[in-house]
Amino acid sequence: MFEAVLLTVITAATPIMIAAIGELVVERSGVLNLGVEGMMIMGAVIGFAVANQTGSGSLGVVAAILAGMGMSALFGFLVLILVTNQVATGLALTILGIGFSGLIGEAFIGVPGLKLPELFIPGLSEIPFIGPVFFQQDAIVYLGFALVAAVAYVLFRTRLGLVLRAVGDNHGSAHALGYSVIRVRFAAILFGGACAGLAGAYMSLAYTPQWVENMTAGRGWIALALVVFSSWLPLRVVVGAYLFGAVSVLNLHAQAVEILDIPSQFLSSLPYLATIVVLVLISANRRLTLVNTPACLGKPFVPDR
Amino acid sequence: MKSILKATVAAAAMVVAGSAANAADVKACFVYVGPVGDFGWTYQHDQGRLAVEEKFGDKVETAYLESVPEGPDAERAIERFAREGCNIIFTTSFGYMNPTIKVAKKFPDVKFEHATGYKSADNVATYNSKFHEGRYIIGQIAAKQSKSGVAGYIASFPIPEVIAGINAFLLGAQSVNPDFKLKVVWVNTWFDPGKEADAAKALIDQGADIITQHTDSTAPLQVAQERGVHGFGQASDMINFAKDAQYTAIIDDWAPYYIHRVQDMLDGKWETGSSWDGLAEGHVVMAPYTNLPDDVVKMAQETEAKIKGGWEPFTGPITKQDGSVAAEDGVRLDDGAILGMNWYVQGVDDKLPQ
Repeated sequence: MFEAVLLTVITAATPIMIAAIGELVVERSGVLNLGVEGMMIMGAVIGFAVANQTGSGSLGVVAAILAGMGMSALFGFLVLILVTNQVATGLALTILGIGFSGLIGEAFIGVPGLKLPELFIPGLSEIPFIGPVFFQQDAIVYLGFALVAAVAYVLFRTRLGLVLRAVGDNHGSAHALGYSVIRVRFAAILFGGACAGLAGAYMSLAYTPQWVENMTAGRGWIALALVVFSSWLPLRVVVGAYLFGAVSVLNLHAQAVEILDIPSQFLSSLPYLATIVVLVLISANRRLTLVNTPACLGKPFVPDR
Repeated sequence: MKSILKATVAAAAMVVAGSAANAADVKACFVYVGPVGDFGWTYQHDQGRLAVEEKFGDKVETAYLESVPEGPDAERAIERFAREGCNIIFTTSFGYMNPTIKVAKKFPDVKFEHATGYKSADNVATYNSKFHEGRYIIGQIAAKQSKSGVAGYIASFPIPEVIAGINAFLLGAQSVNPDFKLKVVWVNTWFDPGKEADAAKALIDQGADIITQHTDSTAPLQVAQERGVHGFGQASDMINFAKDAQYTAIIDDWAPYYIHRVQDMLDGKWETGSSWDGLAEGHVVMAPYTNLPDDVVKMAQETEAKIKGGWEPFTGPITKQDGSVAAEDGVRLDDGAILGMNWYVQGVDDKLPQ
């Protein structure tokens, strides 16, 4: 029973965790990309389409990642080179993604999808309880955990991470030191797009293997909220994603067993309430919040000519 | 964040599609709650719109707005259509009821048709289908086929139409197995494949081996297929998603109604009214019965024939959840009681959200 609940929590948490870790890197570089939902839905439709046409789930995942990167490259070009407003461009990216994905996906409505196979990790998958929950999942779940670990390591333990954070905290100084702010930010944006695309592929190839318009249903926005929730710290993204997944799944289980006599509308709003409560608790510690918030977040950078 | 989301969805919805026959006699416009590609509720309404286009050709122009959130945004969308010269506007979700009435007051010359609601006016007609007839049949099938004796019901919002569906399903099931149990999970959305799938998983984990839904995506049925349990398609035939899991589907066929009403517009005969048809008139259609033994198929077909012959599934004895009598033996609930249903029948394993 508990095991079954946990399994559902993992599938619910994985897409928002992956999209959020990508956006975290983008925001650490000082760029706010509100187009996560749009990149995610493009990943979902392209991933589904390619997997459907080629019969290969892995090709679908790769194509989804490329689709997310393509969308983010467009965003990067607009906000970094043409220095457009980041908030407006991000919103436009989401609208474009939702509309365009519907257009591409029209041929795939009502077509059953391909589900990524579960990979059993030898040895580990046989551990009672932990095995079935954590080591009998599809590749994207493992990839998600690997991504978080990699991002956490690179951000705080490598030179590359230091440069990225420097660009996000003070792009003027980073520029003066000879780092190409635009190039670093562009790379970060591409990484964010790749993650969003992967998260989309998880939706259309593993979570609910099918294509329906608007199927990400706002998960990109939740990922954006998670980044703030995590106060830009990678490991907290995992905590946030699982907390969010757990609360939303437990709501459904609680209703099915009728253990609680609580209105379902209240249970449905719990994940959002939980987010607000945690945000309040985190922001109560002002010093910590300030230390972690990228100081140049959302500020455009135009190098001196 | 929620408001940004809504704004985006609304903006995304403002992509008007439609044909461009300028010389059309009638412009019929449709407001949809979901995307036309949901392969469920909205998809079926759009099939009806396409049937209208096909039937009348150049004489009728159509347009639609998709993914219009219920609430204030809906009012703007409907009003925009009215200003744009639509002669008849179909608003296809329960939550559009008050916005439709409000806009209709401002545009007395435009005809409005609101699906599944109960408020009408001189220029606002209502239309609905007797989905509960189909739900009675699938309830019977569920009780015959279930090994655990428990079915799971994924419900959207506690409105009369959904509640009547739950009750009809359970009455059908009880007619086969009086001890049949029904677990209800409210997801508070019409369309979120991920959440619907999670709800299906939760219900299966709680012992349900039949899944049915009053939400719009194919996700729950797909979960049923994966987990080796069974279920029913919603709004459209979803057999492609669940070859081994789907027993049948309750298909909404709006085409006859839309063609009929647009014809009335062309003839200048349109009048307000309230249409409520079901299996007999072909507005509700059962998909082929599959994955079922012959005797169960026969039972389902017999019930279908009986309903087409005029029998109402909400015929007594019906006992409410609180033990009071809703209908005496042989007494049929009147239409108003079904359309405004706000109570559970005895045996539903859930407390009705208020």
